[in-house]
Amino acid sequence: MYVAWRDLRFARGRFALIGAVVALITLLVGFLSGLTGGLAAQNVSAVLALPADRLVLHPVGDAAATFADSTIDQSTVDAWRSAPGVDAVTPVGIAQTRAEGPGASTAVALFGLDAGTSFPAPRRDDEIDLSAGASKDLGAVVGDSVTIAGSAYRVAAIGGDEWYSHTPVVTLTATAWAALDERLGGTGQPTVLAVSGSPAWDTVAADTGTAASTPLSSLTALSTFRSEIGSLALMIAMLFGVSALVVGAFFTVWTMQRSADIAVLKALGASTPALVLDALGQATVVLVLGVGVGIGLTALLGALAGGALPFVLSPLTTLAPAAVMIVLGLLGAAVSLRTVTSSDPLTALGSTR
Amino acid sequence: MILLDDVTLTYPDGDARVTAVDHVTLEGRPGVVTGITGPSGSGKSSLLALAATLIRPDSGRVIVDGVDATGLDAAGRTGLRRERIGIVFQQPQLLPSLTAREQLRVMAELGGRGLRERRAAVRGRVDELLDAVGLGDHADRRPAQLSGGQRQRVAIARALVHEPRVLVVDEPTSALDSARGAEIMALISRLTHERDTATLLVTHDLVHAGALDETVEVVDGRASRVAAV
Repeated sequence: MYVAWRDLRFARGRFALIGAVVALITLLVGFLSGLTGGLAAQNVSAVLALPADRLVLHPVGDAAATFADSTIDQSTVDAWRSAPGVDAVTPVGIAQTRAEGPGASTAVALFGLDAGTSFPAPRRDDEIDLSAGASKDLGAVVGDSVTIAGSAYRVAAIGGDEWYSHTPVVTLTATAWAALDERLGGTGQPTVLAVSGSPAWDTVAADTGTAASTPLSSLTALSTFRSEIGSLALMIAMLFGVSALVVGAFFTVWTMQRSADIAVLKALGASTPALVLDALGQATVVLVLGVGVGIGLTALLGALAGGALPFVLSPLTTLAPAAVMIVLGLLGAAVSLRTVTSSDPLTALGSTR
Repeated sequence: MILLDDVTLTYPDGDARVTAVDHVTLEGRPGVVTGITGPSGSGKSSLLALAATLIRPDSGRVIVDGVDATGLDAAGRTGLRRERIGIVFQQPQLLPSLTAREQLRVMAELGGRGLRERRAAVRGRVDELLDAVGLGDHADRRPAQLSGGQRQRVAIARALVHEPRVLVVDEPTSALDSARGAEIMALISRLTHERDTATLLVTHDLVHAGALDETVEVVDGRASRVAAV
């Protein structure tokens, strides 16, 4: 790193420029990651909060099971309850409609399940629990009345930050949800089973004609989540690719400019591993500084934008993309190592540089 | 010392091969500046490249300080240069980002084994050598802040800072005027004698022949004459 440090100091303008580019790409990746995390949370946090080792959906016809189409009848519920190894089965109904509170009217997701699990749920059929988002959007607090599909419900509690398909969650009892779903044109049957335990998942699923998957895997059954996160993930992946290309191109040009110096160093006795270490060390310094600045800016802007945008600031949306940026940048920089390894020290002799 | 023992070197030229060095035997002894002279294209630089272990001969042996370089692979020859050979190029070939002091210190940062010991030894000699070439008060200047003669002095100091047994010098005055050329040649001669280094110096300019202890004339790849100056 002896020459690398001094090159960094000597050509600080050029390295500051590439560092700034890395920082800006990192900012873009970090911001997109935070936004993706925020949008994902607004899409699926309620599903992930369900008390289950596996979520069971019922596919319609030959198509893959989706939350939108799945309905589960009582015989399927009973089959899962009686399966060996099953500890608990909670039928959960999911529907979407509008609700009218004292302050405003807004679209909400209705979750119907009985109290007694870790998921917040009311104990009376004429009561509802509101998520924090629903409480805010409806302008309702505990004790207020909220009207859904013509029926009035008293707000019993205001719970966590559950969202489903970008709508805040309102929870009813299973009975109240079934009645409400029928009024909304549904079957009144639950949408999904939250199953805990360790049964032979595939066997029971095959026997009952259902699909059982972990809460995380089941998110692909939410079509909005799949398309939304897929688009954002593609953008992030493309930015990772652009980053690797930009860093690779910079260090390739930089190393080619230094090829005469590298030949001289080899002629003087520099080992190829020492020169490779020097080049990669230099790239690491630029990447760590650039990515560090980019992540710092992401955290700052994310904190500022958090109130207005669905933005998640967490190690997964900051440190993980930062690590990927550094690894891919180093892979890009590694392309330039060919110039280092193939440099012929003989060219130093007779060179009139 | 360095011994080129019956070395031959050929280059490909289309379907044929051109003989650049033809069965040359040449010895460089400690404390002696051996000049290699001859017309352009005579094979002087090829001979120097062989002596510097930058290229392997087709036949014959190159013995550097008792080590047969012809039996070493590229990494082995690189290690040999790092430890036992100093090279002064036709142009100073200094690294633009390093100061004069750092140009010498870099010789301890070239990798290989014994890095710590080499670093301590080289660092202890840097200022002494910069003083020896008359650049003690220019140690913190970069190449762009030095004149052509000063740059070549730094290059000479760099070639000697790791105390090589063999010094290989390629046309050191080609980019200098005659006064500065004479200074550089005198400096190489003095340091060779003081440090007991076996120096091989390629030059086509016999104006400075007084700085050479002996000369070998190369014509058409053959060492045709050896004479004491």
